[in-house]
Amino acid sequence: MAKSDFKKFIIYSLFLGILILPMVGFPGRSFETSRAFTIWGGIVGILALWLLNKTVRRSDMYQRTAAHLAPFRNTVLRKFSKFPTKYYILALMIAVAAYPLLADNYMIDVGITCLIYIVLGLGLNIVVGLAGLLDLGYIAFYAVGAYSYSLLNLHFGISFWLALPIGMVIGGIFGCIIGYPTLKMRGDYLAIVTMGFGEIIRLVLNNWDKLTKGPNGLLGMAKPAVIYPAFTEGGLKWVAYSLKSLHALYYLMFIIAVLTVIGVRRLDNSRIGRAWVAIREDEVAAELSGVPTTWLKLLAYALGAAFASVVGAFFAAKLSYTNPNFFIFMESCIVLCIVVLGGVGSIPGIILAGIILIAVPEVFRELQNYRMLAFGLAMAAMMVLRPEGLIPASRRKRELHETDQFTPEDLKDGG
Amino acid sequence: MAVKAPILELEDVHTYYGNIHALKGVSCTIPSGDIACLIGANGAGKTTTLLTIFGVQRAHRGKIKFKGRPIHHLRPEQVAAQGISQAPEGRQIFPRMTTLENLEMGAYLRSDKTAVENDMEWVFGLFPVLKDRTQQLGGTLSGGEQQMLAIGRALMSRPELLLLDEPSLGLAPKLVERIFETILEINKKGVTIFLVEQNAHMALTISNTGYVMETGKIVLTDHAASLLKNEKVKKAYLGE
Repeated sequence: MAKSDFKKFIIYSLFLGILILPMVGFPGRSFETSRAFTIWGGIVGILALWLLNKTVRRSDMYQRTAAHLAPFRNTVLRKFSKFPTKYYILALMIAVAAYPLLADNYMIDVGITCLIYIVLGLGLNIVVGLAGLLDLGYIAFYAVGAYSYSLLNLHFGISFWLALPIGMVIGGIFGCIIGYPTLKMRGDYLAIVTMGFGEIIRLVLNNWDKLTKGPNGLLGMAKPAVIYPAFTEGGLKWVAYSLKSLHALYYLMFIIAVLTVIGVRRLDNSRIGRAWVAIREDEVAAELSGVPTTWLKLLAYALGAAFASVVGAFFAAKLSYTNPNFFIFMESCIVLCIVVLGGVGSIPGIILAGIILIAVPEVFRELQNYRMLAFGLAMAAMMVLRPEGLIPASRRKRELHETDQFTPEDLKDGG
Repeated sequence: MAVKAPILELEDVHTYYGNIHALKGVSCTIPSGDIACLIGANGAGKTTTLLTIFGVQRAHRGKIKFKGRPIHHLRPEQVAAQGISQAPEGRQIFPRMTTLENLEMGAYLRSDKTAVENDMEWVFGLFPVLKDRTQQLGGTLSGGEQQMLAIGRALMSRPELLLLDEPSLGLAPKLVERIFETILEINKKGVTIFLVEQNAHMALTISNTGYVMETGKIVLTDHAASLLKNEKVKKAYLGE
């Protein structure tokens, strides 16, 4: 057992004890010793397992066994990697498509929420992951989408499908509005300005009574409808089928999510994507290489906003209701958490994180408020133990483990 | 010697950083095909001059002309499209892109694929080390290699005018010599070079014309060979 690991084990245990005991010890007025120490004991147990795992991995016997098994492991891995990725994707698609057939309404609803947040995460990923611009007010564009559809539908009777492109354009314009004044900003300043922008949008929606009905929200938007030809008594006619059932809405959201994944992937691999990476790496150097940084940064904001406003419109249509309190700052944080937890710039990572952050808290609903505590702890632990995210993007992994790549050879002939 | 047409002209260029008057009327003319160098102490405004030419910093007053056409109102990407390129100070390469990706970024504005490949071969010819490191991340290259990569990236846009900002900064003397030899080689290909340097001796040795800059102004202009003999320059910049 390495001394440093044991020291870490003691420190972490005490630290978490100090953090947790007062919180879980007082469900009511008096301190419940047994309850508090059971929970703490569980956590210490997990830490002990971690210590054990580390110790075993260091031992000679483990190393020798691992070396023995390495060829076998490699063949298995090779066998698996022989399947083209598309089979995995196909399997995943089938699983997602089959999900509503097996789930009850509540679970489908959670599924839709997951898909919504995945699309939001992917949209924010364009801004944060690709172009490297921190945006803490991203949910504002989701609100813009929701209100665009609501107002267009209520006042002009514009259908969901027509409202989508209009909403995307409006979202894009709002993206540019927030993008333009922040073009020269970086880091903390950008974070504060975008956060302020998010709040401005929410407050305007909350207070512009005549247009948005303020905190009461807007009610009665039409659900998306599919028009199809059908034979009726009068002959061939176009019939509108309103997507009212959760199943239909789930599949609609599924299609939106798949299109988003395809769109973001193509952007990532495009010339534009490469230029975004260059801007993130070194803006001046990118400018000197002829990258039109101003345009591309605005484009990142506009595209990110466009994706958010599509799901915003969907969200408003699904509920037939919207109000400003759906778009609080906390929502922006959750979307950002999805991006960071999943792995900035990584599409599969964001999908996984979207499922984990939205669905898992639902599963543990019985634990009541402790799930938020666990959630916070899990986030903090993730950032310490695996800062590159659940499934890191290859480029990002390089960034955080840059030093791993140094070999003595690199340092030998340094100038 | 026939008078060569100027490729770059600066006329009374003023640049500000907020309230700080960084360039106070810089004028200079760089003949086509030459190597010109700008020497001066830290903070004299050498880097600012290069950034202003490129439009990264805006010239508040004055004119900048490239091949007779004004370029001071253009954005950096438009300047780059004119045929100017710059290897920035302190080896601002893209640290988390591979050597190959860095070079490809240099050719960002070009769409002629085969010509780009030829130029890449040319760059690898100039800096053979880079060829061995194509898949290595820019940030893990040694200082000298990073400088070579920065120059190589700038060449990938096939410029007519190459602006070099302190290529010798922080390099071992032997490597500095290598870099300067390569600069001469690039110049022989017909690329005009405008070099900003603190290593005045080296810079003046390979240049045709030299400019001396002090606190935002060019105070001395002469043939590089004459500047090397100039008492004031010797005392202030050559340490003799």
